[in-house]
Amino acid sequence: MAVTGAALERAAPRRRRRVSGATRLGVALFSPALVYIAALLGLPLVLAFLYSVGDVTVGSVGYEFVGLENFRSVVESPSFRRALVNSFVFTIASQVIVIVCANALALALRERFRGRGLVRFLILLPWVAPISLGAIGWKWILDSIYSVVNWVLAKMHLVNLFDPPMWLGRPALAMASVIAVHSWRMIPFSTVILLAGLTSIPKELPEAAAVDGAGFWRTHFEITLPMMRPIINVAVLFGVVFTFTDMTVVYILTRGGPYDSTQVLPSLAFQTGVLGSDLAEGAAISMFLVPILVAVAALMLRVAHRAEVV
Amino acid sequence: MGGPRRSPLTRLGRWLIVIGFAALLAFPFYWMAITTFKQTSDLYNVEHDPFVFNAAPTLDHLRLLFRETLFLRWFWNTTVAGAAVVAITLVLAVPAAWALARLTGRFGQQLGIGIFLTYLVPPTLLFIPMSRVVSWLGLQDTLWAIIVTYPTFTVPFSIWLLMGFFKAIPRDLEDAALVDGLTRFGAFVKLVIPISVSGILTVVIFSFTLVTQEFVYALTFISSAEHQTVGVGVPIYLVRGDVYYWGSLMAACLITSLPIAVVYNLFLDRFIAGFTVGAVK
Amino acid sequence: MAVVETRKLTKVFKKAEEGAVNDVDLVTRDGEFLVFLGPSGSGKSTLLRMIAGLEEPTRGDVLIGGDVVTDLPPRARGIAMVFQSYALYPHLSVEQNIGFPLKAHGVPKPKRRERVDWAASLLGIQHLLARKPRELSGGERQRVALARALVREPTVFLLDEPLSNLDAKLRASAREELTSFHKRVRTTTIYVTHDQVEAMSMGDRIVVLNKGIVRQIGTPHEVYDEPADTFVATFLGSPPMNLVEDTDFIAGFRPESVVPAEMVRGPSAPIRLRIRLVEFLGSERILHGVIDGGRFDGRKVVSRVATAASGGLGEGAAHDFAVPASEVKFFDRATGKRAAPRELSWR
Ligand SMILES: Nc1ncnc2c1ncn2[C@@H]1O[C@H](COP(=O)(O)OP(=O)(O)OP(=O)(O)O)[C@@H](O)[C@H]1O
Ligand SMILES: [Mg+2]
Repeated sequence: MAVTGAALERAAPRRRRRVSGATRLGVALFSPALVYIAALLGLPLVLAFLYSVGDVTVGSVGYEFVGLENFRSVVESPSFRRALVNSFVFTIASQVIVIVCANALALALRERFRGRGLVRFLILLPWVAPISLGAIGWKWILDSIYSVVNWVLAKMHLVNLFDPPMWLGRPALAMASVIAVHSWRMIPFSTVILLAGLTSIPKELPEAAAVDGAGFWRTHFEITLPMMRPIINVAVLFGVVFTFTDMTVVYILTRGGPYDSTQVLPSLAFQTGVLGSDLAEGAAISMFLVPILVAVAALMLRVAHRAEVV
Repeated sequence: MGGPRRSPLTRLGRWLIVIGFAALLAFPFYWMAITTFKQTSDLYNVEHDPFVFNAAPTLDHLRLLFRETLFLRWFWNTTVAGAAVVAITLVLAVPAAWALARLTGRFGQQLGIGIFLTYLVPPTLLFIPMSRVVSWLGLQDTLWAIIVTYPTFTVPFSIWLLMGFFKAIPRDLEDAALVDGLTRFGAFVKLVIPISVSGILTVVIFSFTLVTQEFVYALTFISSAEHQTVGVGVPIYLVRGDVYYWGSLMAACLITSLPIAVVYNLFLDRFIAGFTVGAVK
Repeated sequence: MAVVETRKLTKVFKKAEEGAVNDVDLVTRDGEFLVFLGPSGSGKSTLLRMIAGLEEPTRGDVLIGGDVVTDLPPRARGIAMVFQSYALYPHLSVEQNIGFPLKAHGVPKPKRRERVDWAASLLGIQHLLARKPRELSGGERQRVALARALVREPTVFLLDEPLSNLDAKLRASAREELTSFHKRVRTTTIYVTHDQVEAMSMGDRIVVLNKGIVRQIGTPHEVYDEPADTFVATFLGSPPMNLVEDTDFIAGFRPESVVPAEMVRGPSAPIRLRIRLVEFLGSERILHGVIDGGRFDGRKVVSRVATAASGGLGEGAAHDFAVPASEVKFFDRATGKRAAPRELSWR
């Protein structure tokens, strides 16, 4: 047809500018939150960086730029290297445990059954209860003398009740305990996230696979797992952030000991910067969390982006 | 229910996993409960079977906790801080989330994700400079220190959660309110907020529980026992020197954890929707 | 009651793209039922929303009752609107929904009650007042939306496809009700639809839109019988008008004008059709054929005949048809616009 947009005069100028009231309202509603976030997240973030390249202690008023001096002295200290390695061990070990357990648990919880609500409540307890309190509970369970774990093991004749393993007192055991307790805390969180992913898989798919003759494991590895990839990614990313930056479990169970064997970056930063009042070095240690956070944020963006495109 | 029939072996495996994990994950809380009511002499005896009451149950530990420790004080502090953080969070996050949700196009979505990512900034990265900020504000060693700083966690996540809720409100509804005689802001206050009560309630619960769960900032900014929250007061100040009052300690843990757990459970699915970042539709 | 006028009203959503609404000039008559008709994406909703004040025009003005309201918010325009989704407030009861505009305008409570009762009884929904919107059927929701729109006695009603969520049967009766309702209140009404049956049966006048441009404004008779261009000609009517292209013009005639030759009196153009397919629709039949011989040999032509009058017409055979000369419309081949009648030689 020949009658297309003949009357359109695109070049005609606007007679008057109307500043949209909606835009102004939007800005007014958004800015308080933005100002708050800028002031109490942005400013400290900048300060953290400034401290890490400056010379500041709790008492001092002045500020002197010292470049990478703090980082140099931090990197040279053995306790930092120890903490760096520990942080990775702590994060990787507990995330592996968490993802494996959470997968199994999510699959087991997938279908409805009688008592599922109660089971879910029990399983969630470690995540929803304040972690400092959960950790102190474990401190009692792993007590050097009255540990119930030791009592059970002694009854099974696996340990000697009068010379029991010191769960929090020996370097290797302490690390294992810290990892175990942190995993205990994170399993519920990952489980519910994976469960959300599982329930969003259309029921027809596994059923179709079953009709096609695929067995349970085959269906699981070839259909369910691939479909859960994005949600597993989300669970792992959060898990890494919550683990790598956590100091509560370590602080309460061992305070980093014995002999720094369970010290991780956040707890070392706390000990140096807050307890030891060396703000600069503490800030420099904290700065080592940033690369991990940036990587996780970038991956998270990719997940979000892909979710949007699909 | 539904689905293909599973073999008895698979079902047994499922039951073992469920029961095993439930027992393992809940065990510390069961242990807290047992410890709370055991007599001291029963607790500290290696010969005694720790799973049963070898002596009559007692309320001594609870009595000690409530009468001779700052537990109630901490509980009160936590409640006050929680209420204040909830209020600040709502005031900041609800309008901002609405503004973002109504920002059409990619920009709004990206800004939203950007805000969400700030939730990932951990307290252990910022506690040192933040303690300086707190002392500049003259708030060190007061409850205000955490009231002012906790919304740095709650606001970003709440904005993100609420954006989801607000986006689900059909645009027509707001337009109808405009035609029916409200201003845009009026439509927000009188229509959007009442429709989103469940979303707002979710934010309330999330913010409140966060106050009970946070440990690092409270430990860093507050140095005297009487200004602490439960989460720090119990594990740090209930211990005198090297002496652990395990009975009272466990009682405090249990009393604090259970109510939070119950409430959190009710809103769990909504929090999870926030965490899945749209990876689940 | 008021007249709605638009002057060169234009909406461009994205710069460098074609406008969703382009230079629309129109004036309603007082108390009129004006229908915006056009295919999906033609800019009907955008035009209506600019009149309501929900969408900010890129250019041009809206006048209501003679006053320029372009810069006024929706609430100050004295309009009421019914949305395609009905946009009932889910957290309020039917009574509160209907009373909402009154409350927003600060009408005191006793007066509010009275008006709500009046509006509810006008639409026969008094028994639903205590319910929530989710407890209503589609038809009931539509009535509540209507009651909410009229409770304030607006000067203009704006309705955006209010029947498209109803099933076919309910839609027919709702159409009738809306028309008789308009006859009673006589409020200027603008009604958006992409359904030509709705447009033809309800509208006092129809504004035909395509790509944001007004193609024709006229009564249902005018737009059907005297289409302003080939778009209007083919958009209205089902099946659409037959178009036959010649060197510099296009000839158009409606399927019902193509009748068996023996039934035509007066001057007419004879055409011979080979029938390819017959659709039986009960009272009538649709014959899909091609012209057999002459200058237009092989062109497709559709005919619509009463079943009673088409006994001998079967698939595969060729038959003689005729088109009364007065039924043939002419369009300019270059612009598609309507052109003066002329002689058409078929041979
Ligand atoms: N908010 C918007 N942003 C960008 N483009 C838009 C927007 N709203 C509408 N459009 C575009 O403007 C054009 C006209 O849309 P409009 O909704 O007015 O059509 P319509 O005639 O009401 O169609 P329908 O019958 O499907 O409701 C469409 O091409 C549409 O994509
Ligand atoms: Mg539309």
